[in-house]
Amino acid sequence: MFHLMPHRELPDDFSRRYKSVWVTPPWHELVPDPARVGDYYNWTLDELIYGAEMGFDGICVNEHHQNAYGFMPNPNVMGSVLARATNHLDVAIVQMGSTLPTTQPAIRVAEEYAMLDCISGGRLVAGMPLGTPMDANQVMGIPPIEQRDRYAEAHELILRAWQSKEVFAFNGRWNQLPFVNSWPRPIQQPHPPVWIPGLGSTSTWRFAAQHDHSYCMLSFFGSQVGKRIMDGFWEFSDAEGLDRNPYRAGFAQIVCVAETDAEAERLFAEHVLYFFDKCLHVPDHWWGAPGYQDYESLSRGFRSGTTMKMLEVISNFKKFSYKELVDRDIVIAGSPATVRDKLVGAVKDLRIGNLMILQQIGSMPHELTKDSIGLFCTEVLPKLRDIWDDDGWENHWWPKRLRNQRLA
Amino acid sequence: MPYNEIRDVEVWDGEVRTKVLVGGEGPPLLYLHPVLGLQWDPFLDSLAQHHTVYAPYLPGTVPGDPDAHKAIEDVWDLTLCYSELLDALGIGQTAVVGHSFGGMLGAELAATEPARVTKLVLLCPIGLWTDGRPFKNPNLLSLEELGAAAFADPTGPVATMALTLPEDPEALGEALIAITWAMGVATKFWWPIPDRGLRKRIHRITAPTLVVWGEQDGIISPEYAGDFARLIRNGRAEVLANAAHVPQLERFDVVPDMVKEFLTG
Repeated sequence: MFHLMPHRELPDDFSRRYKSVWVTPPWHELVPDPARVGDYYNWTLDELIYGAEMGFDGICVNEHHQNAYGFMPNPNVMGSVLARATNHLDVAIVQMGSTLPTTQPAIRVAEEYAMLDCISGGRLVAGMPLGTPMDANQVMGIPPIEQRDRYAEAHELILRAWQSKEVFAFNGRWNQLPFVNSWPRPIQQPHPPVWIPGLGSTSTWRFAAQHDHSYCMLSFFGSQVGKRIMDGFWEFSDAEGLDRNPYRAGFAQIVCVAETDAEAERLFAEHVLYFFDKCLHVPDHWWGAPGYQDYESLSRGFRSGTTMKMLEVISNFKKFSYKELVDRDIVIAGSPATVRDKLVGAVKDLRIGNLMILQQIGSMPHELTKDSIGLFCTEVLPKLRDIWDDDGWENHWWPKRLRNQRLA
Repeated sequence: MPYNEIRDVEVWDGEVRTKVLVGGEGPPLLYLHPVLGLQWDPFLDSLAQHHTVYAPYLPGTVPGDPDAHKAIEDVWDLTLCYSELLDALGIGQTAVVGHSFGGMLGAELAATEPARVTKLVLLCPIGLWTDGRPFKNPNLLSLEELGAAAFADPTGPVATMALTLPEDPEALGEALIAITWAMGVATKFWWPIPDRGLRKRIHRITAPTLVVWGEQDGIISPEYAGDFARLIRNGRAEVLANAAHVPQLERFDVVPDMVKEFLTG
């Protein structure tokens, strides 16, 4: 279960009045009472812990900056609470996660993740995101053209810092450290599983393949658009000579569950529309600020038509009605049976081992979120767990002590 | 006068390749382009009437060679690369003209090798920074916003010529790839704030310098024109009405003559 920790009470005219939900939204106008934000954080933690108690295999937070879309500037502050609160459960602490290029020096990620692995008793999944252009380039000031090189350097440093038996000097371009000797080290050996989120860049696929990490497609476009991208991922994977283990791939999906399809619309429509109207209110071209994409993905995107298709989707989804969002599977919502059928189809169609479910959407209040989580965990989740069991695939990208723990 | 030669140049001990458009007759002139990439436009035609214009692509922005910037890490490396590029072209002393991002690079080159640069023309150069003055990051603007910021008359013929993209989908795709990538590569040398320390080095410039700015520049404030003129010991600034960030085309009626007189006078 994935949580964004959004602002849940933005004004109705937010997207007309303000340029963007990211980078520039004025705190003092949008948050009259900071104590309310304390409520958001605590609801978020409670919802994730509730999800863990109800049966989710993993609970997941991420890092973003200067926005009302999801503001956990350090996901490890949240992860620490989650790790401590779930020590009695076989649930993974999935950090998706500390943004590598903007955490300086990058041994901070090695240290904080190792702390989480120790606190959780070896339940950490170490997400290693590149960061969005809004976060990394605008807020943190990283030149877009350097972002991927900084990422690769940070990744190398973190993996070595976790594993090296010797103190070593790291003479990187952005991390020059004479005595790397991380305290603590993770429990999991040789290191916690690494997941790499992406939006379809070839270079991210290549990076995940080279290092045998799991790739997670994190978009809000749903399984229909996701299919086009994941087909590309599996073709790429075949060409690299990798096996078709579905756990090589993850996918994020917005899911809302109620007793009936009609009840789902009645309960969730306003919150789903709030999310697409307000939480994703970012100038379209900010997502593709020059230099953010590497040349291969940039040219491939334009030449194959994928970029234009994505831009079309991005510029359209703000205008979609609830019904259109649901018809396009951008949001999978409805009765447990409806949601189950659609998710089983999507998982098989996209060949996904690690399905990441978003259940708190936009303005959705705490109790309603918990209702949806409860229904999902009791009525839907049990039908998803065994999808790949017959094929005998093992999830190598999951904490060892949790594999095969929660099949019931 | 259009360019009549494309020269391949290799510098940085063979690690950096680029191409140089060469055209015109007369003493050498190095032209350094802005972030959108190299375009041989009517202003370069006008320069080529009295100088031999050498217009290199920023390494990495030559179509088909996107990785050529990788060995260059910062403005210091890039400045030395342009110095080596002049060596490779067999050019000793030269006039330098730079537009916007290219203006900053021209100023860096003139500060690094003061004796090499005979005359310096800076068109709306970036490179100096004072808090509070308007600056619009071009990479964060839509095409419409870019037009409105860069041109005094965003719907006039000059802006239309500069901003019109091909209609054919394939040509449009290639054009967008080239522009996007050129803007991307340039970020290495100026992002997120176009101040890489030129203020500390600018006093080294000895070349007589002409700074030209459009009064309505919405990309970077024309207030910097006075700073460049003041900080460069032989500098003077012309701030023109009815022009913004591309004064050499927006005021084609005066800028080519003004530059010619400055360079040849």
